[in-house]
Amino acid sequence: MNAKRIDKIATGVLYAVAAFVVIILIALLGYILIQGVPHISWHFLTSPALAFEAGGGIGIQLFNSFYLLFLALLISLPISLGAGIYLNEYAPQNTLTGLIRTTIEILSSLPSVVVGLFGYLFFVVQFKLGFSILSGAFALTVFNLPILTRSIEDALANISDNQREAGYALGLSRWETVTKIVVPAALPSIITGVVLSAGRIFGEAAALIYTAGQSAPALDFGNWNPFDISSPLSPLRPAETLAVHIWKINSEGIMPDAKAVSAGASAVLIIAVLLFNFLARWLGKRLYKHLTAE
Amino acid sequence: MDKIRESLLKKSVASKIERRGKAISLLCLALIVGIVFLIFYFVASRGLATFFQNHINVWQFFSGTQWNPGTTGTNGQPAVGALPMIVGSFLITILSALIATPFAIGTAVFMTEISPRRGARILRPVTELLVGIPSVVYGFIGLQVVVPFVRNTFGGSGYGILSGTFVLFVMILPTVTSMTADALNAVPRYYREASLALGATRWQTIYKVVLRAAVPGMLTAVVFGMARAFGEALAVQMVIGNATLLPHNLVSPAATLTSILTMGIGNTVMGSLQNNALWSLAMILLLMSLFFNLVIRYIGRKGKLSHER
Amino acid sequence: MKKSRVIQLLGLIVIVGLVSFGYTHRDQTSASESITAVGSTALQPLVEAAGEQYSNNHTGTFINVQGGGSGTGLSQIQSGAVAIGNSDIFAEEQSGIDASKLIDHRVAVVGIAPIVNKQVGVTNLSQQQLIKIFTGKVTNWREVGGKNLPITLINRAQGSGTRKTFESYALKGQKSADSQEQDSSGLARSIVASTPGAISYVAFSYLDKSVQTVSVDGVKPTEMNVRKNQWYIWSYEHLYTGKHPSVLTQQFIDYILSTAVQQKLIKQLGYISVHDMQVQRNATGKISIVK
Repeated sequence: MNAKRIDKIATGVLYAVAAFVVIILIALLGYILIQGVPHISWHFLTSPALAFEAGGGIGIQLFNSFYLLFLALLISLPISLGAGIYLNEYAPQNTLTGLIRTTIEILSSLPSVVVGLFGYLFFVVQFKLGFSILSGAFALTVFNLPILTRSIEDALANISDNQREAGYALGLSRWETVTKIVVPAALPSIITGVVLSAGRIFGEAAALIYTAGQSAPALDFGNWNPFDISSPLSPLRPAETLAVHIWKINSEGIMPDAKAVSAGASAVLIIAVLLFNFLARWLGKRLYKHLTAE
Repeated sequence: MDKIRESLLKKSVASKIERRGKAISLLCLALIVGIVFLIFYFVASRGLATFFQNHINVWQFFSGTQWNPGTTGTNGQPAVGALPMIVGSFLITILSALIATPFAIGTAVFMTEISPRRGARILRPVTELLVGIPSVVYGFIGLQVVVPFVRNTFGGSGYGILSGTFVLFVMILPTVTSMTADALNAVPRYYREASLALGATRWQTIYKVVLRAAVPGMLTAVVFGMARAFGEALAVQMVIGNATLLPHNLVSPAATLTSILTMGIGNTVMGSLQNNALWSLAMILLLMSLFFNLVIRYIGRKGKLSHER
Repeated sequence: MKKSRVIQLLGLIVIVGLVSFGYTHRDQTSASESITAVGSTALQPLVEAAGEQYSNNHTGTFINVQGGGSGTGLSQIQSGAVAIGNSDIFAEEQSGIDASKLIDHRVAVVGIAPIVNKQVGVTNLSQQQLIKIFTGKVTNWREVGGKNLPITLINRAQGSGTRKTFESYALKGQKSADSQEQDSSGLARSIVASTPGAISYVAFSYLDKSVQTVSVDGVKPTEMNVRKNQWYIWSYEHLYTGKHPSVLTQQFIDYILSTAVQQKLIKQLGYISVHDMQVQRNATGKISIVK
């Protein structure tokens, strides 16, 4: 009797706590969306930002965010795939491996300010890349590598050993087994991991302020030659991303509609992250169906 | 005859590929490890310059309460006392973890034990989404909502440890919640079934069996959340007030290592004492994340042992 | 197996071909004629806007402007990594910089005004009162003729140009008390607007209706008063170059100093043209009349 009542009370409390957290989270999302969505328009999404007049958009920043994300993933995905494969398939279980795992975890809990400052010293100053997309992409790679490696390793570890043994039985080498059997089987969860980490990259500002820079010069969208500095594809131009733009207009913006722009940009960011999440789920499910049906 | 002999002694194509593959993947791993050491080297080389090049007393750096590099303090030495920031960082980290933990555990228990369907359909996606919200946006909302709230309810100017704690609470809540949920999910099903079979109520099962079995995992989640809170910069900087004073209560303006670091780094010239002192702050941050990691690993190892037993 | 090899090879050839085509056909004029200006975030909008106009008038040139802070600007120009270092303060005032190796180009004047929250009920302060407030000797607005409200000081970040100017001229060189700090004008303004009893200071371009500006000794913070140094809290915006700036760098600086920019763009952005100043000030703070 007593235990049952306590059970009921505890269940009630748990319901309340969960409801409270959901309310906080929904309120947060709602606040951002309600403040921002009214400012979103086609013009806002495509036109360049204006420094001191009203009516500026976020077109270039949005493009920069996606391009930077693409480059960062392009660099970090192969590296973390390799590292994940080694850790899960080859690495012997000894102290050294443990130590390596620790270093990767340290990298993942590194404050993003420190990553940004390191990127500034190393890529911007030392390598003379200047404030550029490339510096930003490298900094984001540093930021992204541990998370991605971790999720790829987990994805590989979840593939049952039967698959590997089947590969060996067919006379495949270990490497062939991994690349032809294990990685394809783990692909759905790898993709989910990649897309979720993309959400984090997309919203990162502190690591980019001193690497990709805080200005978004006008781009010539007719020129797709990556070696021209005004081309959108040029990796050596400075590129302010959406998250950095929000930070900048809140701190130094002198345009009269700074508040509206910042609210609108925040909403766009949230929506983008939301889309990434849906995309991750959808892709993961589809790939899973596709692969298991075969 | 020779040809057969040769082909038998030569390495097969497959073994060549195997070697190459192994080498490539090892190289990737080495690269990551190399980056970590490079970061440590760079930050330490700048951060230690404060002590070796500018001859600041280490003890004075950690215990001094005046922070104004470039001017001399009361004792005739440059005023580089990092204590207010260290205290500020620790206070908001610990406080926000203290508040976030019960909520995170409650939500995670709800997600895994009480209503897994709703948990998977609503709570999971929402928490994952919140991890992706940029910290700038959190800071922005903190400025518009949390600071006035703290000012009207607790007095003071609204800027201070308490506002920072509230903002960080919301920021680390999703991380801690989803990691705690993972830890609870990892508790084998037969633990629960055994407990229920003994006639325990659901709450008794949760409280006496599931939560206890998941303690190491939950501790890891909390420590991980604390590490994130400790390193957070932009959001905290907007609401904490950034006054390099020892906080005498929770609503007086204070500062954290990260907030002073981000504010000052652009205004100083590389190689000067002001700049080196800021790098020393970065070094403290680095050492702290090292420390948090060691704690996480220690907990993890203990957890494994107790499970095996 | 073999077929995929061929496809891979073809793909590689196409990519290499495209890249080399792009490289050889790149717009060499713009690639060779671009300069980078780094530094003060306060100066960034001006240089950016001027750079855009300049590029429009001179096809094939590219002015690349970055923020990062005055300290970053000065250290980058000193190390020769960029063409122009933007700064809010004289290089002489920044520790770690050898000013004799740089050339100073003063391109604009910026006035700085104290701002208070609207509920404070104060529109004028004497300089003595201002000093007492910022050094923490006066802690309630009642003591300077306002309402019974505690004073909340919002300072700018240590080392920021605005703070240095404010301390040198408004506070007569006294250091302000340890207090809240913000590193940007926008945040300082919005905090003053929303915090009862708050006082801070921002450049004229950031003044708006959300905050109350304060006169000092009865002098209003206006452009006219800055020109004659009656409002003495102002500073120059500097573009620093090395001893031998490139032709393009020199042309760009000349362009910013031209009437076209000084009379239009500078005013639109809320700065004061150096051409309109009736006085000038050197690095040690000495004022002289411009003839």
